[in-house]
Amino acid sequence: MTTVSAPGRLRQSAGQMGWAIVAWLVGIVFFLPVLWMVITAFKPESAAETWPPKFVFAPTLAEFRLVFSGMGPFLTHSVIATVGSTILVLLLSVPAAYALSVHPVKHWRDGLFFFISTKMLPIVAAIGPLYVIALKTHLLDSIWLLIILYTAMNLPLAIWMIRSFMLEVPSELLEAAQLDGAGRIREIGSVILPIISPGLIATALICVIFAWNELFLAINLTVTNAATMPMFLISSVPQEGLYIAHLSAAATVASVPVILVGWIAQRSLVRGLSMGAIK
Amino acid sequence: MTVLKDLAPPPKVEARPRAVGRRERWLLRLPLMPALIYVVVVTQIPFLVTLWYSFQNYFWDTPGGAKFNGLTNYTTVFKDTNFRGALVRSVVMTASAVILAMILGVAFAVLLDRKFIGRGVVRTLIITPFLVMPAAAALVWTGPMLDPNFGLVNYLLEPFGIHHVAWLSVHALGSVIAVMIWQWTPFMTLIVLAGLQSQPPDTLEAAKVDGAGAFATFRELTIPHLRPYIELGILLGSIYLVNTFDAVRLMANGGPGTSTTNIPFYLYQQVNNAFDVGGAAAAGVVTVILTIIIATFALRMFARVFQFEEAQG
Repeated sequence: MTTVSAPGRLRQSAGQMGWAIVAWLVGIVFFLPVLWMVITAFKPESAAETWPPKFVFAPTLAEFRLVFSGMGPFLTHSVIATVGSTILVLLLSVPAAYALSVHPVKHWRDGLFFFISTKMLPIVAAIGPLYVIALKTHLLDSIWLLIILYTAMNLPLAIWMIRSFMLEVPSELLEAAQLDGAGRIREIGSVILPIISPGLIATALICVIFAWNELFLAINLTVTNAATMPMFLISSVPQEGLYIAHLSAAATVASVPVILVGWIAQRSLVRGLSMGAIK
Repeated sequence: MTVLKDLAPPPKVEARPRAVGRRERWLLRLPLMPALIYVVVVTQIPFLVTLWYSFQNYFWDTPGGAKFNGLTNYTTVFKDTNFRGALVRSVVMTASAVILAMILGVAFAVLLDRKFIGRGVVRTLIITPFLVMPAAAALVWTGPMLDPNFGLVNYLLEPFGIHHVAWLSVHALGSVIAVMIWQWTPFMTLIVLAGLQSQPPDTLEAAKVDGAGAFATFRELTIPHLRPYIELGILLGSIYLVNTFDAVRLMANGGPGTSTTNIPFYLYQQVNNAFDVGGAAAAGVVTVILTIIIATFALRMFARVFQFEEAQG
Protein backbone atom coordinates (compact mmCIF):
# COMPACT_ATOMS: atom_id res chain seq x y z
CA MET A 1 0.00 0.00 0.00
CA THR A 2 2.08 2.91 1.22
CA THR A 3 5.80 2.68 0.73
CA VAL A 4 7.87 3.77 3.69
CA SER A 5 11.30 5.30 3.18
CA ALA A 6 14.29 4.06 5.18
CA PRO A 7 14.30 6.83 7.84
CA GLY A 8 10.53 6.52 7.98
CA ARG A 9 10.83 2.84 8.75
CA LEU A 10 13.41 3.61 11.42
CA ARG A 11 11.06 6.11 13.02
CA GLN A 12 8.26 3.59 12.82
CA SER A 13 10.22 0.87 14.58
CA ALA A 14 11.34 3.37 17.23
CA GLY A 15 7.68 4.21 17.69
CA GLN A 16 6.84 0.53 18.01
CA MET A 17 9.58 0.15 20.60
CA GLY A 18 8.21 3.09 22.60
CA TRP A 19 4.70 1.68 22.38
CA ALA A 20 5.88 -1.69 23.69
CA ILE A 21 7.77 -0.06 26.57
CA VAL A 22 4.75 2.00 27.65
CA ALA A 23 2.45 -1.02 27.43
CA TRP A 24 4.82 -3.20 29.42
CA LEU A 25 5.22 -0.51 32.08
CA VAL A 26 1.44 -0.20 32.43
CA GLY A 27 1.09 -3.96 32.67
CA ILE A 28 3.78 -4.29 35.33
CA VAL A 29 2.45 -1.40 37.44
CA PHE A 30 -1.02 -2.92 37.32
CA PHE A 31 0.27 -6.35 38.22
CA LEU A 32 2.56 -5.08 40.98
CA PRO A 33 0.14 -5.55 43.92
CA VAL A 34 -0.42 -9.18 42.92
CA LEU A 35 3.32 -9.72 42.56
CA TRP A 36 3.94 -8.08 45.92
CA MET A 37 1.30 -10.30 47.52
CA VAL A 38 3.06 -13.42 46.21
CA ILE A 39 6.54 -12.14 47.19
CA THR A 40 5.38 -11.24 50.70
CA ALA A 41 3.83 -14.69 51.07
CA PHE A 42 7.31 -16.25 50.85
CA LYS A 43 8.80 -13.96 53.50
CA PRO A 44 9.35 -14.90 57.10
CA GLU A 45 7.04 -12.75 59.22
CA SER A 46 9.94 -10.69 60.54
CA ALA A 47 10.99 -9.68 57.02
CA ALA A 48 7.47 -8.68 55.95
CA GLU A 49 7.06 -5.62 58.15
CA THR A 50 10.26 -3.67 57.63
CA TRP A 51 11.17 -0.21 56.44
CA PRO A 52 12.38 -0.02 53.77
CA PRO A 53 10.54 -3.07 52.41
CA LYS A 54 12.87 -6.03 51.82
CA PHE A 55 13.32 -7.28 48.28
CA VAL A 56 16.07 -9.76 49.11
CA PHE A 57 15.37 -12.32 51.79
CA ALA A 58 15.60 -16.04 52.47
CA PRO A 59 12.29 -17.39 51.12
CA THR A 60 10.35 -19.73 53.35
CA LEU A 61 7.26 -21.89 52.98
CA ALA A 62 6.46 -21.56 56.69
CA GLU A 63 3.42 -19.31 56.18
CA PHE A 64 2.05 -21.49 53.40
CA ARG A 65 2.32 -24.50 55.69
CA LEU A 66 0.41 -22.63 58.36
CA VAL A 67 -2.26 -21.62 55.83
CA PHE A 68 -2.69 -25.13 54.48
CA SER A 69 -3.04 -26.56 57.97
CA GLY A 70 -5.80 -24.11 58.89
CA MET A 71 -7.88 -23.72 55.76
CA GLY A 72 -9.27 -27.28 55.41
CA PRO A 73 -12.94 -26.71 56.34
CA PHE A 74 -13.09 -23.31 54.61
CA LEU A 75 -11.71 -24.79 51.41
CA THR A 76 -14.21 -27.67 51.54
CA HIS A 77 -17.12 -25.28 52.02
CA SER A 78 -15.96 -23.04 49.18
CA VAL A 79 -15.51 -25.95 46.81
CA ILE A 80 -18.94 -27.40 47.65
CA ALA A 81 -20.71 -24.04 47.35
CA THR A 82 -18.92 -23.17 44.11
CA VAL A 83 -19.22 -26.53 42.35
CA GLY A 84 -22.72 -27.21 43.66
CA SER A 85 -24.12 -23.85 42.61
CA THR A 86 -22.41 -24.01 39.21
CA ILE A 87 -23.90 -27.44 38.44
CA LEU A 88 -27.34 -26.25 39.52
CA VAL A 89 -26.97 -23.12 37.38
CA LEU A 90 -26.14 -25.20 34.30
CA LEU A 91 -29.03 -27.61 34.91
CA LEU A 92 -31.50 -24.72 35.15
CA SER A 93 -30.06 -22.39 32.54
CA VAL A 94 -29.65 -24.77 29.60
CA PRO A 95 -33.41 -25.52 29.26
CA ALA A 96 -34.27 -21.90 30.01
CA ALA A 97 -31.87 -20.59 27.41
CA TYR A 98 -33.32 -23.11 24.94
CA ALA A 99 -36.83 -21.81 25.59
CA LEU A 100 -35.58 -18.26 24.99
CA SER A 101 -33.67 -18.91 21.79
CA VAL A 102 -34.15 -22.07 19.74
CA HIS A 103 -37.90 -22.52 20.18
CA PRO A 104 -38.66 -19.22 21.83
CA VAL A 105 -41.70 -18.68 23.99
CA LYS A 106 -43.95 -15.83 22.96
CA HIS A 107 -42.58 -13.26 25.40
CA TRP A 108 -38.95 -14.33 25.26
CA ARG A 109 -37.76 -10.72 25.32
CA ASP A 110 -39.66 -10.00 28.54
CA GLY A 111 -38.27 -13.21 30.01
CA LEU A 112 -34.71 -12.17 29.25
CA PHE A 113 -35.23 -8.75 30.76
CA PHE A 114 -36.89 -10.19 33.83
CA PHE A 115 -33.82 -12.32 34.49
CA ILE A 116 -31.41 -9.46 34.06
CA SER A 117 -33.52 -7.13 36.17
CA THR A 118 -33.05 -9.46 39.14
CA LYS A 119 -29.32 -8.75 38.86
CA MET A 120 -30.05 -5.06 39.32
CA LEU A 121 -32.02 -5.48 42.54
CA PRO A 122 -29.42 -5.09 45.25
CA ILE A 123 -29.47 -8.32 47.27
CA VAL A 124 -27.94 -6.33 50.14
CA ALA A 125 -31.31 -4.64 50.59
CA ALA A 126 -32.90 -7.91 51.68
CA ILE A 127 -30.11 -9.13 53.93
CA GLY A 128 -31.99 -8.76 57.23
CA PRO A 129 -35.08 -10.68 56.07
CA LEU A 130 -32.83 -13.22 54.32
CA TYR A 131 -31.24 -13.85 57.69
CA VAL A 132 -34.64 -14.34 59.30
CA ILE A 133 -35.85 -16.63 56.49
CA ALA A 134 -32.67 -18.70 56.78
CA LEU A 135 -33.11 -18.90 60.53
CA LYS A 136 -36.71 -20.07 60.28
CA THR A 137 -35.97 -22.65 57.56
CA HIS A 138 -32.94 -23.94 59.52
CA LEU A 139 -30.67 -23.05 56.65
CA LEU A 140 -28.58 -20.51 58.54
CA ASP A 141 -24.90 -21.37 58.50
CA SER A 142 -25.51 -24.25 56.12
CA ILE A 143 -23.73 -24.88 52.84
CA TRP A 144 -27.10 -25.47 51.15
CA LEU A 145 -28.07 -21.87 51.73
CA LEU A 146 -24.96 -20.66 49.91
CA ILE A 147 -25.59 -23.09 47.04
CA ILE A 148 -29.18 -21.83 46.71
CA LEU A 149 -28.22 -18.15 46.80
CA TYR A 150 -25.16 -18.41 44.55
CA THR A 151 -27.30 -20.25 42.00
CA ALA A 152 -29.80 -17.38 41.98
CA MET A 153 -26.92 -14.91 41.75
CA ASN A 154 -25.37 -16.53 38.66
CA LEU A 155 -28.46 -17.86 36.90
CA PRO A 156 -29.41 -14.69 34.95
CA LEU A 157 -25.86 -14.31 33.68
CA ALA A 158 -25.72 -17.96 32.61
CA ILE A 159 -29.07 -17.82 30.81
CA TRP A 160 -28.03 -14.77 28.79
CA MET A 161 -24.68 -16.28 27.99
CA ILE A 162 -25.87 -19.76 27.02
CA ARG A 163 -28.65 -18.22 24.96
CA SER A 164 -26.09 -16.31 22.94
CA PHE A 165 -24.22 -19.56 22.24
CA MET A 166 -27.43 -21.35 21.25
CA LEU A 167 -28.26 -18.61 18.77
CA GLU A 168 -25.09 -19.54 16.94
CA VAL A 169 -26.09 -23.14 16.35
CA PRO A 170 -26.67 -23.30 12.58
CA SER A 171 -30.39 -23.59 11.87
CA GLU A 172 -29.75 -26.20 9.14
CA LEU A 173 -28.54 -28.60 11.81
CA LEU A 174 -31.67 -28.06 13.88
CA GLU A 175 -33.88 -28.51 10.85
CA ALA A 176 -32.04 -31.69 9.88
CA ALA A 177 -32.57 -33.07 13.36
CA GLN A 178 -36.24 -32.17 13.17
CA LEU A 179 -36.60 -33.97 9.84
CA ASP A 180 -35.01 -37.00 11.46
CA GLY A 181 -37.84 -36.90 13.92
CA ALA A 182 -35.70 -35.90 16.89
CA GLY A 183 -37.70 -34.74 19.89
CA ARG A 184 -36.84 -31.74 22.02
CA ILE A 185 -34.65 -33.68 24.39
CA ARG A 186 -32.67 -35.35 21.62
CA GLU A 187 -32.37 -32.03 19.87
CA ILE A 188 -30.76 -30.53 22.96
CA GLY A 189 -28.73 -33.60 23.85
CA SER A 190 -27.28 -34.62 20.53
CA VAL A 191 -27.30 -31.45 18.41
CA ILE A 192 -27.12 -28.38 20.62
CA LEU A 193 -25.06 -29.46 23.62
CA PRO A 194 -22.10 -30.85 21.64
CA ILE A 195 -21.89 -27.63 19.63
CA ILE A 196 -22.15 -25.25 22.56
CA SER A 197 -19.98 -27.26 24.98
CA PRO A 198 -17.10 -24.73 24.81
CA GLY A 199 -19.68 -22.07 25.64
CA LEU A 200 -20.97 -24.11 28.55
CA ILE A 201 -17.47 -24.42 29.92
CA ALA A 202 -16.97 -20.67 29.57
CA THR A 203 -20.25 -20.07 31.40
CA ALA A 204 -19.29 -22.47 34.16
CA LEU A 205 -15.95 -20.71 34.61
CA ILE A 206 -17.62 -17.32 35.04
CA CYS A 207 -20.03 -18.80 37.61
CA VAL A 208 -17.09 -20.38 39.44
CA ILE A 209 -15.28 -17.04 39.62
CA PHE A 210 -18.24 -15.17 41.09
CA ALA A 211 -19.22 -17.91 43.55
CA TRP A 212 -15.67 -18.48 44.74
CA ASN A 213 -15.09 -14.78 45.41
CA GLU A 214 -18.42 -13.98 47.09
CA LEU A 215 -18.20 -12.52 50.59
CA PHE A 216 -21.29 -10.47 51.50
CA LEU A 217 -23.77 -13.33 51.73
CA ALA A 218 -21.24 -15.67 53.31
CA ILE A 219 -20.25 -13.22 56.01
CA ASN A 220 -23.86 -12.43 56.90
CA LEU A 221 -25.36 -15.90 56.73
CA THR A 222 -22.64 -18.29 57.82
CA VAL A 223 -20.54 -18.67 60.96
CA THR A 224 -18.53 -21.89 61.06
CA ASN A 225 -20.39 -24.74 59.38
CA ALA A 226 -20.35 -23.09 55.98
CA ALA A 227 -17.67 -20.37 56.24
CA THR A 228 -15.87 -19.96 52.90
CA MET A 229 -12.39 -18.97 51.74
CA PRO A 230 -12.97 -15.19 51.83
CA MET A 231 -13.88 -15.63 55.49
CA PHE A 232 -10.74 -17.68 56.05
CA LEU A 233 -8.83 -14.66 54.77
CA ILE A 234 -10.51 -12.40 57.29
CA SER A 235 -9.73 -14.86 60.07
CA SER A 236 -6.06 -14.74 59.07
CA VAL A 237 -5.87 -11.13 60.25
CA PRO A 238 -5.38 -11.31 64.03
CA GLN A 239 -6.20 -8.55 66.51
CA GLU A 240 -2.52 -8.08 67.32
CA GLY A 241 0.94 -9.26 66.36
CA LEU A 242 2.69 -9.59 63.02
CA TYR A 243 0.48 -11.06 60.31
CA ILE A 244 1.43 -9.57 56.94
CA ALA A 245 3.29 -12.60 55.57
CA HIS A 246 0.61 -14.95 56.84
CA LEU A 247 -2.15 -12.82 55.31
CA SER A 248 -0.28 -12.66 51.99
CA ALA A 249 0.12 -16.42 51.90
CA ALA A 250 -3.57 -16.92 52.66
CA ALA A 251 -4.57 -14.34 50.03
CA THR A 252 -2.30 -15.99 47.47
CA VAL A 253 -3.73 -19.45 48.13
CA ALA A 254 -7.32 -18.14 48.02
CA SER A 255 -6.79 -16.18 44.79
CA VAL A 256 -4.62 -18.50 42.75
CA PRO A 257 -7.34 -20.97 41.63
CA VAL A 258 -9.48 -18.23 40.13
CA ILE A 259 -6.50 -16.39 38.64
CA LEU A 260 -5.41 -19.57 36.87
CA VAL A 261 -8.94 -20.29 35.67
CA GLY A 262 -9.19 -16.73 34.36
CA TRP A 263 -5.85 -16.88 32.58
CA ILE A 264 -6.82 -20.10 30.86
CA ALA A 265 -10.28 -18.81 29.97
CA GLN A 266 -9.15 -15.36 28.80
CA ARG A 267 -10.83 -15.67 25.46
CA SER A 268 -14.21 -16.58 26.84
CA LEU A 269 -13.92 -14.15 29.73
CA VAL A 270 -15.00 -11.10 27.76
CA ARG A 271 -17.95 -12.88 26.24
CA GLY A 272 -19.08 -14.16 29.59
CA LEU A 273 -18.65 -10.85 31.35
CA SER A 274 -20.60 -9.04 28.67
CA MET A 275 -23.27 -11.75 29.03
CA GLY A 276 -22.82 -12.87 25.47
CA ALA A 277 -23.16 -9.40 23.96
CA ILE A 278 -19.58 -9.42 22.73
CA LYS A 279 -18.61 -12.44 20.73
CA MET B 1 -9.02 -12.20 21.26
CA THR B 2 -11.00 -13.07 18.21
CA VAL B 3 -14.29 -11.43 17.57
CA LEU B 4 -16.46 -14.14 16.16
CA LYS B 5 -19.15 -11.86 14.86
CA ASP B 6 -19.70 -13.51 11.53
CA LEU B 7 -19.06 -17.09 12.56
CA ALA B 8 -22.69 -18.08 12.70
CA PRO B 9 -25.69 -15.92 11.92
CA PRO B 10 -28.43 -16.46 14.51
CA PRO B 11 -31.08 -18.85 13.23
CA LYS B 12 -34.25 -17.11 12.18
CA VAL B 13 -36.05 -18.42 15.17
CA GLU B 14 -39.25 -16.49 14.84
CA ALA B 15 -39.70 -17.37 11.19
CA ARG B 16 -40.00 -21.05 11.96
CA PRO B 17 -43.67 -22.00 11.66
CA ARG B 18 -45.08 -23.61 14.75
CA ALA B 19 -48.51 -24.64 15.81
CA VAL B 20 -49.72 -22.33 18.53
CA GLY B 21 -52.15 -24.55 20.31
CA ARG B 22 -52.55 -24.30 24.08
CA ARG B 23 -50.71 -27.53 24.68
CA GLU B 24 -47.96 -26.49 22.29
CA ARG B 25 -47.52 -23.15 24.06
CA TRP B 26 -47.06 -24.94 27.36
CA LEU B 27 -44.58 -27.33 25.82
CA LEU B 28 -42.58 -24.30 24.69
CA ARG B 29 -42.76 -22.79 28.15
CA LEU B 30 -41.93 -25.97 30.02
CA PRO B 31 -38.11 -25.77 29.78
CA LEU B 32 -38.23 -22.18 30.99
CA MET B 33 -40.31 -22.92 34.06
CA PRO B 34 -37.73 -24.42 36.48
CA ALA B 35 -35.37 -21.46 36.10
CA LEU B 36 -38.19 -18.92 36.18
CA ILE B 37 -39.77 -20.37 39.31
CA TYR B 38 -36.38 -20.68 40.95
CA VAL B 39 -35.47 -17.04 40.32
CA VAL B 40 -38.89 -15.78 41.39
CA VAL B 41 -38.81 -17.78 44.63
CA VAL B 42 -35.22 -17.08 45.60
CA THR B 43 -34.92 -13.45 44.51
CA GLN B 44 -38.45 -12.02 44.78
CA ILE B 45 -39.73 -13.58 48.00
CA PRO B 46 -36.95 -12.08 50.14
CA PHE B 47 -37.97 -8.67 48.79
CA LEU B 48 -41.62 -9.26 49.66
CA VAL B 49 -40.55 -10.29 53.14
CA THR B 50 -38.39 -7.17 53.26
CA LEU B 51 -41.43 -5.08 52.40
CA TRP B 52 -43.39 -6.75 55.22
CA TYR B 53 -40.64 -6.26 57.81
CA SER B 54 -40.26 -2.63 56.82
CA PHE B 55 -43.60 -1.98 58.57
CA GLN B 56 -42.66 -3.96 61.67
CA ASN B 57 -40.79 -3.16 64.84
CA TYR B 58 -38.39 -6.11 65.02
CA PHE B 59 -35.05 -6.33 66.79
CA TRP B 60 -33.86 -9.89 66.90
CA ASP B 61 -31.97 -9.47 70.12
CA THR B 62 -35.19 -8.57 71.96
CA PRO B 63 -37.80 -11.29 72.55
CA GLY B 64 -41.43 -10.90 71.49
CA GLY B 65 -41.15 -11.07 67.69
CA ALA B 66 -42.27 -8.49 65.16
CA LYS B 67 -44.91 -5.84 65.87
CA PHE B 68 -46.63 -3.65 63.28
CA ASN B 69 -45.51 -0.07 63.66
CA GLY B 70 -46.77 1.61 60.50
CA LEU B 71 -44.43 4.04 58.83
CA THR B 72 -42.17 4.54 61.84
CA ASN B 73 -39.24 2.74 60.23
CA TYR B 74 -39.55 4.90 57.13
CA THR B 75 -39.65 8.19 59.03
CA THR B 76 -36.61 7.01 61.00
CA VAL B 77 -34.77 6.11 57.80
CA PHE B 78 -35.52 9.44 56.14
CA LYS B 79 -34.38 11.31 59.26
CA ASP B 80 -31.23 9.20 59.52
CA THR B 81 -28.33 11.31 58.24
CA ASN B 82 -26.18 8.17 58.12
CA PHE B 83 -28.55 6.60 55.60
CA ARG B 84 -28.61 9.71 53.43
CA GLY B 85 -24.83 9.90 53.67
CA ALA B 86 -24.48 6.25 52.69
CA LEU B 87 -26.80 6.81 49.73
CA VAL B 88 -24.77 9.75 48.46
CA ARG B 89 -21.52 7.87 49.07
CA SER B 90 -22.78 4.84 47.14
CA VAL B 91 -23.49 7.06 44.16
CA VAL B 92 -20.15 8.89 44.44
CA MET B 93 -18.14 5.67 44.83
CA THR B 94 -19.89 3.84 42.01
CA ALA B 95 -19.85 6.75 39.57
CA SER B 96 -16.24 7.76 40.14
CA ALA B 97 -14.97 4.17 40.10
CA VAL B 98 -16.89 3.29 36.94
CA ILE B 99 -15.92 6.46 35.07
CA LEU B 100 -12.24 6.36 36.00
CA ALA B 101 -12.01 2.62 35.33
CA MET B 102 -13.57 3.24 31.92
CA ILE B 103 -11.12 6.04 31.07
CA LEU B 104 -8.19 3.81 32.03
CA GLY B 105 -9.85 0.89 30.25
CA VAL B 106 -10.07 2.82 26.97
CA ALA B 107 -6.42 3.87 27.29
CA PHE B 108 -5.25 0.32 28.03
CA ALA B 109 -7.37 -1.12 25.24
CA VAL B 110 -5.81 1.30 22.77
CA LEU B 111 -2.37 0.21 24.00
CA LEU B 112 -3.25 -3.47 23.60
CA ASP B 113 -4.89 -3.03 20.21
CA ARG B 114 -1.50 -2.63 18.52
CA LYS B 115 0.91 -5.47 17.94
CA PHE B 116 4.06 -5.40 20.07
CA ILE B 117 6.43 -7.90 21.63
CA GLY B 118 4.73 -9.76 24.47
CA ARG B 119 1.26 -8.35 23.89
CA GLY B 120 -0.38 -11.52 25.20
CA VAL B 121 1.65 -11.38 28.39
CA VAL B 122 0.83 -7.71 29.01
CA ARG B 123 -2.86 -8.40 28.47
CA THR B 124 -2.65 -11.24 30.97
CA LEU B 125 -0.94 -8.96 33.50
CA ILE B 126 -3.61 -6.29 33.03
CA ILE B 127 -6.60 -8.61 33.48
CA THR B 128 -5.22 -10.25 36.62
CA PRO B 129 -6.51 -7.68 39.18
CA PHE B 130 -10.05 -8.52 38.12
CA LEU B 131 -9.46 -12.17 38.98
CA VAL B 132 -8.04 -11.56 42.46
CA MET B 133 -10.60 -12.42 45.14
CA PRO B 134 -12.01 -9.02 46.22
CA ALA B 135 -11.50 -9.88 49.90
CA ALA B 136 -7.87 -10.76 49.16
CA ALA B 137 -7.40 -7.57 47.15
CA ALA B 138 -8.83 -5.46 49.96
CA LEU B 139 -6.61 -7.07 52.62
CA VAL B 140 -3.46 -7.01 50.50
CA TRP B 141 -3.99 -3.33 49.71
CA THR B 142 -4.63 -2.59 53.38
CA GLY B 143 -1.50 -4.30 54.69
CA PRO B 144 1.39 -4.95 52.32
CA MET B 145 0.53 -2.10 49.93
CA LEU B 146 -0.86 0.83 51.92
CA ASP B 147 0.39 0.37 55.48
CA PRO B 148 1.85 3.72 56.65
CA ASN B 149 4.94 2.11 58.20
CA PHE B 150 6.03 -0.60 55.80
CA GLY B 151 3.69 -0.38 52.77
CA LEU B 152 5.11 -0.65 49.27
CA VAL B 153 3.15 2.38 48.02
CA ASN B 154 4.78 4.74 50.50
CA TYR B 155 8.17 3.28 49.62
CA LEU B 156 7.63 3.87 45.91
CA LEU B 157 6.34 7.41 46.52
CA GLU B 158 9.19 8.44 48.81
CA PRO B 159 11.40 9.73 45.97
CA PHE B 160 8.55 12.11 45.13
CA GLY B 161 8.62 13.63 48.60
CA ILE B 162 5.67 11.72 50.03
CA HIS B 163 6.47 10.24 53.42
CA HIS B 164 4.60 7.61 55.39
CA VAL B 165 1.07 8.60 54.50
CA ALA B 166 -1.59 6.76 56.52
CA TRP B 167 -3.72 6.25 53.43
CA LEU B 168 -6.64 4.55 55.14
CA SER B 169 -6.92 7.21 57.83
CA VAL B 170 -6.40 10.32 55.74
CA HIS B 171 -7.65 9.28 52.31
CA ALA B 172 -9.92 6.33 53.16
CA LEU B 173 -12.60 7.02 50.55
CA GLY B 174 -10.01 7.68 47.84
CA SER B 175 -8.14 4.50 48.74
CA VAL B 176 -11.27 2.35 48.60
CA ILE B 177 -12.24 3.87 45.25
CA ALA B 178 -8.69 3.30 43.97
CA VAL B 179 -8.93 -0.40 44.78
CA MET B 180 -12.35 -0.58 43.08
CA ILE B 181 -10.80 1.04 40.00
CA TRP B 182 -7.81 -1.31 40.13
CA GLN B 183 -10.12 -4.33 40.14
CA TRP B 184 -12.54 -3.11 37.45
CA THR B 185 -10.24 -1.47 34.90
CA PRO B 186 -9.40 -4.92 33.44
CA PHE B 187 -13.09 -5.54 32.84
CA MET B 188 -13.48 -2.25 30.96
CA THR B 189 -10.25 -2.92 29.06
CA LEU B 190 -11.49 -6.29 27.81
CA ILE B 191 -14.84 -4.92 26.66
CA VAL B 192 -13.37 -1.87 24.91
CA LEU B 193 -10.62 -4.01 23.37
CA ALA B 194 -13.25 -6.31 21.88
CA GLY B 195 -14.88 -3.18 20.46
CA LEU B 196 -11.64 -1.91 18.96
CA GLN B 197 -10.90 -5.28 17.37
CA SER B 198 -14.34 -5.50 15.81
CA GLN B 199 -13.71 -2.30 13.89
CA PRO B 200 -13.78 -3.00 10.15
CA PRO B 201 -10.15 -2.49 9.04
CA ASP B 202 -11.12 -1.20 5.59
CA THR B 203 -12.87 1.86 7.08
CA LEU B 204 -9.71 2.74 9.00
CA GLU B 205 -7.66 2.11 5.87
CA ALA B 206 -9.94 4.40 3.87
CA ALA B 207 -9.58 7.12 6.46
CA LYS B 208 -5.81 6.82 6.23
CA VAL B 209 -5.91 7.02 2.45
CA ASP B 210 -8.06 10.13 2.74
CA GLY B 211 -5.26 11.62 4.79
CA ALA B 212 -6.98 11.64 8.17
CA GLY B 213 -4.60 11.80 11.14
CA ALA B 214 -4.56 9.15 13.81
CA PHE B 215 -6.27 11.40 16.34
CA ALA B 216 -8.99 12.54 13.93
CA THR B 217 -9.66 8.93 12.94
CA PHE B 218 -9.94 7.95 16.59
CA ARG B 219 -12.37 10.78 17.34
CA GLU B 220 -14.49 10.56 14.20
CA LEU B 221 -14.58 6.79 13.62
CA THR B 222 -13.38 4.83 16.61
CA ILE B 223 -15.23 6.62 19.42
CA PRO B 224 -18.67 6.36 17.74
CA HIS B 225 -17.97 2.70 16.99
CA LEU B 226 -16.98 2.10 20.62
CA ARG B 227 -20.03 3.81 22.07
CA PRO B 228 -22.20 0.73 22.62
CA TYR B 229 -19.23 -1.12 24.11
CA ILE B 230 -18.54 1.75 26.49
CA GLU B 231 -22.22 1.90 27.46
CA LEU B 232 -22.25 -1.83 28.11
CA GLY B 233 -19.12 -1.61 30.26
CA ILE B 234 -20.52 1.28 32.29
CA LEU B 235 -23.84 -0.48 32.76
CA LEU B 236 -22.43 -3.84 33.88
CA GLY B 237 -19.69 -2.20 35.94
CA SER B 238 -22.29 -0.13 37.80
CA ILE B 239 -24.46 -3.18 38.52
CA TYR B 240 -21.55 -4.89 40.24
CA LEU B 241 -19.81 -1.91 41.81
CA VAL B 242 -22.90 -0.45 43.47
CA ASN B 243 -22.85 -3.56 45.69
CA THR B 244 -19.22 -3.04 46.75
CA PHE B 245 -18.86 -4.41 50.24
CA ASP B 246 -15.57 -6.27 50.61
CA ALA B 247 -13.28 -3.27 50.15
CA VAL B 248 -15.38 -1.05 52.43
CA ARG B 249 -15.63 -3.63 55.20
CA LEU B 250 -12.06 -4.91 55.09
CA MET B 251 -10.07 -1.77 54.25
CA ALA B 252 -11.81 0.82 56.38
CA ASN B 253 -14.78 -0.82 58.12
CA GLY B 254 -16.92 2.03 56.84
CA GLY B 255 -14.74 4.66 58.51
CA PRO B 256 -13.00 6.63 59.75
CA GLY B 257 -16.33 7.84 61.13
CA THR B 258 -18.73 7.08 58.33
CA SER B 259 -16.46 8.38 55.56
CA THR B 260 -16.56 5.14 53.54
CA THR B 261 -19.97 3.81 54.58
CA ASN B 262 -21.99 2.97 51.49
CA ILE B 263 -25.43 1.35 51.34
CA PRO B 264 -24.27 -2.29 51.53
CA PHE B 265 -22.12 -1.53 54.56
CA TYR B 266 -24.87 0.56 56.19
CA LEU B 267 -27.33 -2.32 55.88
CA TYR B 268 -24.75 -4.79 57.13
CA GLN B 269 -24.30 -2.62 60.22
CA GLN B 270 -28.03 -2.23 60.78
CA VAL B 271 -28.48 -5.99 60.79
CA ASN B 272 -25.27 -7.10 62.51
CA ASN B 273 -24.61 -4.35 65.03
CA ALA B 274 -27.98 -2.72 65.64
CA PHE B 275 -30.01 -5.95 65.21
CA ASP B 276 -32.60 -3.69 63.61
CA VAL B 277 -34.35 -5.90 61.04
CA GLY B 278 -37.26 -3.49 60.60
CA GLY B 279 -35.04 -0.45 60.11
CA ALA B 280 -32.74 -2.30 57.71
CA ALA B 281 -35.79 -3.52 55.80
CA ALA B 282 -37.16 0.02 55.41
CA ALA B 283 -33.75 1.25 54.26
CA GLY B 284 -33.66 -1.71 51.89
CA VAL B 285 -37.06 -0.86 50.42
CA VAL B 286 -36.01 2.75 49.83
CA THR B 287 -32.82 1.49 48.18
CA VAL B 288 -34.77 -0.90 45.98
CA ILE B 289 -37.20 1.83 44.88
CA LEU B 290 -34.32 4.13 43.96
CA THR B 291 -32.63 1.22 42.17
CA ILE B 292 -35.78 0.48 40.19
CA ILE B 293 -35.93 4.09 39.02
CA ILE B 294 -32.30 3.90 37.85
CA ALA B 295 -32.72 0.37 36.51
CA THR B 296 -35.59 1.43 34.25
CA PHE B 297 -33.18 3.67 32.41
CA ALA B 298 -30.49 1.02 32.57
CA LEU B 299 -32.76 -1.64 31.06
CA ARG B 300 -33.64 0.72 28.22
CA MET B 301 -29.94 1.19 27.63
CA PHE B 302 -29.50 -2.58 27.74
CA ALA B 303 -32.16 -3.09 25.11
CA ARG B 304 -30.46 -0.55 22.86
CA VAL B 305 -27.00 -2.04 23.29
CA PHE B 306 -28.13 -5.58 22.65
CA GLN B 307 -30.26 -4.63 19.69
CA PHE B 308 -27.19 -3.05 18.21
CA GLU B 309 -25.21 -6.22 18.79
CA GLU B 310 -27.83 -8.49 17.32
CA ALA B 311 -28.29 -6.29 14.29
CA GLN B 312 -24.57 -6.64 13.66
CA GLY B 313 -24.54 -10.39 14.16
